[in-house]
Amino acid sequence: MEELAIKVENVSKEYRLGAIGGATLKGEIQSKIAKLRKKEDPNLKIGEKAHGKNERFLAIDDMSFDVKKGEAIGIIGHNGAGKSTILKLICRVTTPTKGNIYLNGRITSMLEVGTGFHPELTGRENVYLNGAILGMSKAEIDEKFDEIVEFSEVAQFIDTPIKRYSSGMKVKLAFAVASHLDSEIMIMDEVLAVGDVNFQNKCIERMKKVATEEGRTILYVSHNMATVKSLCNRCIVLSKGKVIFEGATEEAIAIYMKNEALDDTTFFDTSKAERHRKCNLRHLLQSLEILNKDRPQFEYGEKFTFRTKWISDNNDEVLKMKLIVNSIDASPVGVVFCGELNHEKGENIAEFTFDTSYLVPGKYTVDVILYDNDEAGNVMFYDRATALRFSIEHSDESVKLKHWFKDWGNAVLPCVEKIRD
Amino acid sequence: MAEQKWTTVVKSENKILDVDIKGLKNCKDLIFLFVRRSFVAKYKQTVLGPAWAIIQPFFTTVVYSVFFGNIAGLGASGVPNFIFYLSGTIIWTLFASCLTETSHTFTGNAGILGKVYFPRLVMPISTAISQFIGFFIQFAFMLCFLVFYCVTGAGVKPNLFIALTPLVLIQLALLGMGFGMIVSALTTKYRDLTMIVGFGVTLWSYCSPVAYDMFSRSQLMPGSALYSIYMLNPVTPAINLFRYAFLGSGEVDWLFYTISWVTTIAVAVVGALMFSKSEKTFMDTV
Repeated sequence: MEELAIKVENVSKEYRLGAIGGATLKGEIQSKIAKLRKKEDPNLKIGEKAHGKNERFLAIDDMSFDVKKGEAIGIIGHNGAGKSTILKLICRVTTPTKGNIYLNGRITSMLEVGTGFHPELTGRENVYLNGAILGMSKAEIDEKFDEIVEFSEVAQFIDTPIKRYSSGMKVKLAFAVASHLDSEIMIMDEVLAVGDVNFQNKCIERMKKVATEEGRTILYVSHNMATVKSLCNRCIVLSKGKVIFEGATEEAIAIYMKNEALDDTTFFDTSKAERHRKCNLRHLLQSLEILNKDRPQFEYGEKFTFRTKWISDNNDEVLKMKLIVNSIDASPVGVVFCGELNHEKGENIAEFTFDTSYLVPGKYTVDVILYDNDEAGNVMFYDRATALRFSIEHSDESVKLKHWFKDWGNAVLPCVEKIRD
Repeated sequence: MAEQKWTTVVKSENKILDVDIKGLKNCKDLIFLFVRRSFVAKYKQTVLGPAWAIIQPFFTTVVYSVFFGNIAGLGASGVPNFIFYLSGTIIWTLFASCLTETSHTFTGNAGILGKVYFPRLVMPISTAISQFIGFFIQFAFMLCFLVFYCVTGAGVKPNLFIALTPLVLIQLALLGMGFGMIVSALTTKYRDLTMIVGFGVTLWSYCSPVAYDMFSRSQLMPGSALYSIYMLNPVTPAINLFRYAFLGSGEVDWLFYTISWVTTIAVAVVGALMFSKSEKTFMDTV
């Protein structure tokens, strides 16, 4: 059995709703007295209902998972899924209501930008302070100080008070300190959101190095799926305080994205989907249907036909359609122009074939856009909706993609033409 | 299969006597840096810097001497009012600042405490230690005047009890820290106590022999009806010992001094326990 770094065992964390936060002793006594006299609680806001004693909120609901030593694991989930709460429990900032968490090794946590930075102190003083807070001794920091400053790219400002730093500089310094600590477990919560792209990449590289070469364990929380994808080899998906999936990053992201590509539907009803406010809806997309397949699953290189249905409220406007193909992490792969659509007032349909040979095997979603643009480049949006989800499987044709790497992107561009041998 | 080893276990249930002493030992550097932080940060961007440590008690002493000492006639018998009030003010300030600063531990540091774990007792301990920096500056200031009064022969009689000074200082720091920790543990939920601390400390100073000499007041002299109750205030015997050692003023009642130590230890232990208990969940309520 591989050595574990963290073991979370049947952990629950419960918060009482409304009862705490901003409470004063007086307020609580008032509420109690009102309750005894069966009067309305004077401290409740108008329209708010009195919370019974059983109004409790489980931020973490009987959660269990293991993290192996040296693993870079991503924790993803929508807001309120319990990501930050579980990290707080692991960091020992607060204690679980039920269950135990077992840790093997020292923990460095970076739950937010510049943890423990004091604005009045200089960068240098803060490096020492922050290092000490994270559990390093002065001698250890002395040893790593130059490395930290070099990594942080703020050497020039190291003797300036932190309050004069830009937010990016603070993150850089904070990350530099945290990533140079000799801890066995590193916890990162949305830390890279502020740094610029170069620094983000540098941090990802650093974390990869930390995980693979130094054998440290990383817990990474982010809404930025690109960074999760490039850093983590395993992911845990949380929803409503429970682990709903544990496994390969790609699949985890797919589940997080609520991608139901595998629910086998070939008919996508878009009539009731939410629309962007920019769309004027004079031409309203009703549905999209895949015609020649009974599952939205194609082999690489396969062509499929689909039918769109829309309602127009006039027949004199020019109507064009384009498709934006997105990969599983919601980043666009490319655009497909479908040309002008002939239409009458009322319901219209049009059918198209789609060539998948430009897409590498994987899962995709398609946004359909009805629009018009004039020669000056002004665009009129009629409608936009996510109307198609499909997956592309490997086939004999896709041999050249067998060893496809995720950092190659999702599109296969046309071959170059050989003009001289 | 190798037996899995765990260095830390985060449990949902904690015993009452769960003070993280082991972790505290590894935090010497952290305590030092916190002390440094509070000292440096306090006097950053001030022109006079640490001189403020002297200016405050100096003016307090002047006001006390003029209004309480001369006008109200509450001053000391046998020693100059100025040195009497100065000694009382600085020793009281040590206690009061330990108390008020420690009482803000959770609310004032919620940002950092909410993000990273380190033994929480580090905070009040370093707060108390940093109060000593200011105190020693004031103490040196007092010694200058003491030497001046000794030379001019104003009835000041320092004696061998000066050797007990560390005992008094540690006692007052512990006492202030203990009360501060109790308050900080309670204020995580009820902010009302922060209001009380401000004027409570001022009122407390009036119940202690800071602004007047208890031995020149017939109502408070040893043997009077109020004496035993008055001396139960744990700060009083400590101030008396401090003044007696340096000025030869008043007297020391060893019985009550022992009682005040017992109170101090009780308060410090209760404070540490309450603090350790609330540190586990304070992030949920603060």
